[in-house]
Amino acid sequence: MFEGLSSSLQKALGKLRSKGKLTEEDVQAAMREVRLALLAADVNVKVVKQFVDRVRERAVGQDVQKSLTPGQQVVKIVHEELTELMGGSAARLNMAPKPPTVVMLVGLQGAGKTTTAAKLALSFRKHDHRPLLVAADVYRPAAITQLQVLGKQIDIPVFEMGTSVDPVRIAQQGIAEATRLGADVVIVDTAGRLHIDEQLMDELSRMQQAVTPNEVLLVVDAMTGQDAVHVAETFHEQLSITGVILTKLDGDTRGGAALTVRAVTGCPIKFTGMGEKIEPLEVFHPDRLASRILGMGDVLGLIEKA
Amino acid sequence: MGLFDKFRKGLEKSRTGLWGRLGGWIQGGKIDDTVYDEMEEALLAADVGFDTAIWLVEQVRRAQRQNRVTDPKELPRLLMDAMVDALSGPDPQMHFAESGPTLMLVVGVNGVGKTTSIAKLAHYYQQQGKKVILAAGDTFRAAAIEQLTEWGGRIGCDVVRHSQGADPAAVVFDAISAARSRNADLILCDTAGRLHNKANLMNELAKIHKVAERELPGSPHEVLLVLDAVTGQNALSQAKVFQEVVNVSGIVVTKLDGTAKGGVVLPIVRERQIAVKWVGLGEQMDDLEPFDARAFAQAICSYADEAE
Ligand SMILES: Nc1nc2c(ncn2[C@@H]2O[C@H](COP(=O)(O)OP(=O)(O)OP(=O)(O)O)[C@@H](O)[C@H]2O)c(=O)[nH]1
Ligand SMILES: Nc1nc2c(ncn2[C@@H]2O[C@H](COP(=O)(O)OP(=O)(O)OP(=O)(O)O)[C@@H](O)[C@H]2O)c(=O)[nH]1
Ligand SMILES: [Mg+2]
Ligand SMILES: [Mg+2]
Repeated sequence: MFEGLSSSLQKALGKLRSKGKLTEEDVQAAMREVRLALLAADVNVKVVKQFVDRVRERAVGQDVQKSLTPGQQVVKIVHEELTELMGGSAARLNMAPKPPTVVMLVGLQGAGKTTTAAKLALSFRKHDHRPLLVAADVYRPAAITQLQVLGKQIDIPVFEMGTSVDPVRIAQQGIAEATRLGADVVIVDTAGRLHIDEQLMDELSRMQQAVTPNEVLLVVDAMTGQDAVHVAETFHEQLSITGVILTKLDGDTRGGAALTVRAVTGCPIKFTGMGEKIEPLEVFHPDRLASRILGMGDVLGLIEKA
Repeated sequence: MGLFDKFRKGLEKSRTGLWGRLGGWIQGGKIDDTVYDEMEEALLAADVGFDTAIWLVEQVRRAQRQNRVTDPKELPRLLMDAMVDALSGPDPQMHFAESGPTLMLVVGVNGVGKTTSIAKLAHYYQQQGKKVILAAGDTFRAAAIEQLTEWGGRIGCDVVRHSQGADPAAVVFDAISAARSRNADLILCDTAGRLHNKANLMNELAKIHKVAERELPGSPHEVLLVLDAVTGQNALSQAKVFQEVVNVSGIVVTKLDGTAKGGVVLPIVRERQIAVKWVGLGEQMDDLEPFDARAFAQAICSYADEAE
């Protein structure tokens, strides 16, 4: 699939090779391929439409740079626009002026919050912070044990109060515990929930009011399809999320959900998760994901050489 | 609440979706290319994927011509019929051993709902009077064994478990002997979530499959691939590789209680001829229903119903 699209893209763009100036029809043909690439990567249809329109506008009538063929020029524009859409350069985390810094991880069921909580704790420790993990998922069977096992693996303390306490209270007490332990970062693992589950979404709002987190990070599975738009929209509406962590990028998904989420919320993607092993998170690189979404890493390689 | 109602409830809360816009083209009055373009876009917005969206629209066009349909209000029904057709090919029956215990293997990528679906299936079959044993074949993920054990306690069935890091094939081996000695009817084997592009993990799965085959001839009687309804086009690649490695016999689509429509199931069934057998509609043990192609299609096209 990957190679297939990449080569069809090259073929479509290759037709433009001999032209000195890009005409509307040239660009139209190329845009068809770009549209398909974006759809196959799960970028939201509406976002695709807007995006293709914008690129078309930029591409038509543009004089071609000497070193590039018109086709390459289009690819370059597409890549630039995609990178820009995903936030340009990497974003940083907001830290509390007065510790502890509080980070809430939220998202759909199974997105990777608990695993990511542990990875994030490790990332903080790498930068000489003292994190505390807080187990605020009282619903999923063995969710607390899961966090405890991970905490033990990486030697980071985990605060829990069992499953019969209000998660809001657990988060509050977690902060008190951090102060007691001298921890300067509190990472709250919350239960997975559907964005349309009013009761559970309300629980998150209450938690947010109670602990005023510096970061509310939406954990998104990179394999998410078109529904990413609803999920991101709703979480953002209700919680004003401050950023996104994209997980499971070690798979062969092209990760177009990232583009959707970014376009819908305007929030930066801050980190990516690349495996089940607890290792520090990777800083997000918009340009790399742009190539991946288009399935055209090699095309870009060609351009870089040009 | 049935599948249809739950689906609808999800849909009501997501009017911003393109499916909501379908109301637009049935009110337009005329059947023209714009109508079909909208239909294609709506299908893409439901994760149906480009090829199958084009194919479905073509089916509708053909049916419309053949039946001389002129009222656009009829189109959703034609679309629904085309979907039901596409979904009804492969046999949706669950398979059981003729004698002795039945073994089902549950597989899929990380976090899709394998363990929870096993709990639901165990509950379902226990209610039908079968004696069920759970095999804690995910020996990798933190607290996966504890998770399954907790479910076993809630449902009231035995869990065969080793410690974390143990060989999952050995767990399955033990579960088979336990089932024999305890006269169990059904063994449900949990497996660790694994991405299909990781060869070593897929080899491990093949090994589990082989041990089951050898120790309990005729098994696994079912290999269920669990797909998360929120997943996009990557599910195609999941289905392809899992089918190649362990010969998937059925699909469980989970998390259909959300707003995602699970549309990617359409190209999977069409291209791979694997039947969808169950749908997951929540996090509790009774949130599982047998797949019903018409209800599924109807729920996706719920506007058709409202137009009546
Ligand atoms: N391959 C891969 N697997 C991941 C990654 N992140 C998490 N996982 C796996 O995805 C599954 C779900 O991860 P969890 O951390 O339990 O997800 P969660 O969001 O906490 O789930 P709930 O609490 O049930 O909502 C587990 O099998 C993890 O090992 C990743 O980056 N890559
Ligand atoms: N809303 C909803 N949540 C579900 C459904 N099925 C499972 N879940 C939730 O999804 C999350 C992951 O479920 P698991 O059963 O642990 O998934 P898994 O595939 O076993 O995960 P790994 O073993 O980590 O790969 C949990 O929070 C479940 O409660 C469903 O049908 N609807
Ligand atoms: Mg969790
Ligand atoms: Mg599991």
